[in-house]
Amino acid sequence: MKIHEFQAKEILASYNVPIQRGYVVSDVNNIEKIISKVQSDFQSNAVVVKAQIHAGGRGKGGGVKFCSTTEKASEAANEILGMNLITHQTGEAGKRVNQILITEALDIKKEFYFALMYDRSKNADVFIVSTEGGVDIEEVAEKSPEKIIKAWIKDDTYPLADAVNIVINALDLSSYKNASEIFSNIYKCYSQSDCNLLEINPLVLTEDEKIIALDAKVDIDSNALFRQEKIASYHDESEEDPLELKASEYGLNYIKLDGNVGCMVNGAGLAMATMDIVKHHGGEPANFLDVGGAANVDTIKNGFKIILSDPNVKSILINIFGGIVRCDRVANGVIQAVKELNLNVGVVVRLQGTNAKLAKEILDKSDIDLVSAETIDDAAKKAVGMVL
Amino acid sequence: MSILLNKDTKILVQGITGSEGLFHTVQMLDYGSKVVCGVTPGKGGETVTENNLPVFNSIADAKEKFEIDASAIFVPPRFAAKAILEAIEGNIKLIVCISEGIPINDMKKVQNALDKSDSILIGPNCPGLITAEESKIGITPGFICKKGSIGILSRSGTLTYEAIDQIVNVGLGMTTAIGIGGDPIIGSSMIDILKHFANDNDTKGVVMIGEIGGNMENEAARWIKENFDKPVVSFIAGQTAPKGKRMGHAGAIISEGSETAEAKIEILKECGISVAKTVSEIGETMIKLIEE
Repeated sequence: MKIHEFQAKEILASYNVPIQRGYVVSDVNNIEKIISKVQSDFQSNAVVVKAQIHAGGRGKGGGVKFCSTTEKASEAANEILGMNLITHQTGEAGKRVNQILITEALDIKKEFYFALMYDRSKNADVFIVSTEGGVDIEEVAEKSPEKIIKAWIKDDTYPLADAVNIVINALDLSSYKNASEIFSNIYKCYSQSDCNLLEINPLVLTEDEKIIALDAKVDIDSNALFRQEKIASYHDESEEDPLELKASEYGLNYIKLDGNVGCMVNGAGLAMATMDIVKHHGGEPANFLDVGGAANVDTIKNGFKIILSDPNVKSILINIFGGIVRCDRVANGVIQAVKELNLNVGVVVRLQGTNAKLAKEILDKSDIDLVSAETIDDAAKKAVGMVL
Repeated sequence: MSILLNKDTKILVQGITGSEGLFHTVQMLDYGSKVVCGVTPGKGGETVTENNLPVFNSIADAKEKFEIDASAIFVPPRFAAKAILEAIEGNIKLIVCISEGIPINDMKKVQNALDKSDSILIGPNCPGLITAEESKIGITPGFICKKGSIGILSRSGTLTYEAIDQIVNVGLGMTTAIGIGGDPIIGSSMIDILKHFANDNDTKGVVMIGEIGGNMENEAARWIKENFDKPVVSFIAGQTAPKGKRMGHAGAIISEGSETAEAKIEILKECGISVAKTVSEIGETMIKLIEE
């Protein structure tokens, strides 16, 4: 689960990690008040106005502005709050800015890249740091990989203290007494908050020799939210695709794509393989939809509802491998759902597994307009054929 | 022969009194699996199923009465890591965790404990394993399996079933099929399982199914090139997956260049492995390779 910058900074601050301080505004009427509060509380006449959306690339999209005067701050805040921000991560539609963070402005001496995540190939957590901070880190990784330093952490094998030392040396921060405490605290924060990713870009050294997190991006392990009550409350539904949100309420795993062949499949791997074969036959999948291992009448009906909410969908391919679930039941579920929902797009059904033959007979005999198929290949060809 | 599991493997089910655990215990017994008892803390002394399988409060209690070779875990995700740790402490040789949704931090602890033990963990978030016409641990539908010569290994559940079905339909049949799980941290990697298949004389070829995310397929490809001389057919799901999106499995998220389907297919081919172009060509590709 992604959270906002100000929320991530709140968590970091609770672990005594120094952050660039500021206040959140969601109501335009409070803008002037908050600007003057930031100016007086943090003794910073200049302020920074930052759009709070989950996507990255906010600066380039015009969602982050340094303001040297109160007038400029007010102008920037009024402009950014409520704007539709388009960045390389929001997609063409962009995202509405419902909240802005107004922070103190800092005099920056050096900018670093900092991240903590889990490295699967080493089975260990890893610090990833670079002296090239504040920029697109992917570009640094590509052009000058030697500037990216990694330090692994794992009980017994890679002690945290060693990793912290590697980080401090890599960033040339050994003369700063509190550096080791700060990096240890960030690790503690990452670990105790069940973070999948904790990224600070940039982490800065200020002119007055302080190490401060200027930005923060955190992705929390959704499976651990049951024990992260405070963080769970940070969930911002307005940041999610409404269809994906609705699907998750139905217990379905749905991701909208740009094509027109709707896909309904059980199992994530088979769902991806089904999208791939649609593409292979010249079609474009409209979505990823995993209805889960135990497909039944309700999950199929809900799956149809979600797929059909996308106006681009011109045909639907259902690919279910019935293991424990019997295919004849799935077939009856499909027929019932099609009847109830009054479909006006073509539907191709491929059922494999227990009672697959019986299921095909049921589908073939039914009075509704369905095309049945025996193999995924055949099913994909038929579904693509309907939209070409 | 087969790998890891046969008709004599004595199985304990953790979470046997839960609805999932009980349902699949019955399914396993029907298939011929030698399930001998179960564990649910607080339910010790009860019995379940028509076979009156005894339920114990802990693995330690169960081990006083029974010899146990393997454990199947059907425990809710927030308690599942603890169940795995209990099985490791109980020196259970083969641990199969079906549960989906275990926090990564919990799995890091499991990983540390596994490093220091001789137990083999399959999963979590997997369908388990099945040795055709002998025994199954987990949720793989048994009726699709027929004895034969191909080993199957996959990161995805329903794709495992799809591969079994195709391998059986082209007439080859299978030895053991294993779904290793789609999570970022899993007990057994592709290479771990390939080593078992390498030592099994009945396994004449292997189907290896991967997906986007991680580097496991790439590591396995390089290992196969150096160490494995049986024919291998691979398939990688997720060629159309958009970057940065999570496609169901926590593991299936693209973040680095070598984690895309295209990059993996390229590396597999470079290592001399046949890659099925689409999911429906797994069986055909294998039979062509075997006949050569």
